[in-house]
Amino acid sequence: MSAVLVIFFILAGLAVFGAVALIVQSHPIHSALSLILVMLCLAGLYLLMGAEFVAAVQIIVYGGAVMVLFVFVIMLLNAGEEERTNFSKLASFAGVPLALALAGLIAAAIARSTVHMPAATTGELTSTRELSKLLFSQFVYPFELTSFLILVAILGAIVLAQRERH
Amino acid sequence: MVPTSYYLILSAVLFGLGVLAFVFKRNIITIFMAIELMLNAVNLAFVAFSQALHKSDGEVFVLFVIVVAAAEAAVGLGIIILTARNRRSLNVERVDLLKL
Repeated sequence: MSAVLVIFFILAGLAVFGAVALIVQSHPIHSALSLILVMLCLAGLYLLMGAEFVAAVQIIVYGGAVMVLFVFVIMLLNAGEEERTNFSKLASFAGVPLALALAGLIAAAIARSTVHMPAATTGELTSTRELSKLLFSQFVYPFELTSFLILVAILGAIVLAQRERH
Repeated sequence: MVPTSYYLILSAVLFGLGVLAFVFKRNIITIFMAIELMLNAVNLAFVAFSQALHKSDGEVFVLFVIVVAAAEAAVGLGIIILTARNRRSLNVERVDLLKL
């Protein structure tokens, strides 16, 4: 077993562990820390695949900005332990079969899609220069649209979160 | 080298766990985190396909997904703050104004 495969299994195991911990923990702040673990592991996997720029953006934007926003809101609202309620009758008997159906659907799609796939990833670094050329030539219109989207999101967040004036 | 299918299987497992968290959790903030987990799983599949097919398009898509997720987090958390302020609770079962 090569070293790359060992690193992959360590990172993948940690990511799955973090995702399970997110479900098992009852306190939101613990769930948030588990999610940060998942995101760091995914950044490591991106590096392993050779996507260095995506890995950096993953850590800076997801692990940094978004999760700080989550932790900030958890502390702002003083979110405590989750209370257990059993209001939904539909979920109690339809939940497990539907989850199994979803898992089967995804497994079938993977099995079908990987038949004609190249056997292995190269692991060579995609240059950031190549990525930026693509971003500013072929995808320049969606790129500009995202800046507009961010502007709208900032305005929306401010309008939503401000206290009502009377 | 790691086969592409391993990455896809990990992506599917993470997505499934995200769906489970989305269904099982009762706290509105944790449900929102489950959505982020599902977006991350999809990003992993994007990068895996991009590396396997030797095209950088997938990584550009990942950047777009991250931008949209950040915008979504900002607006969504604003809505959560508003809901918590109005309903005095973070439990989604208590937000049932549209329920019969």
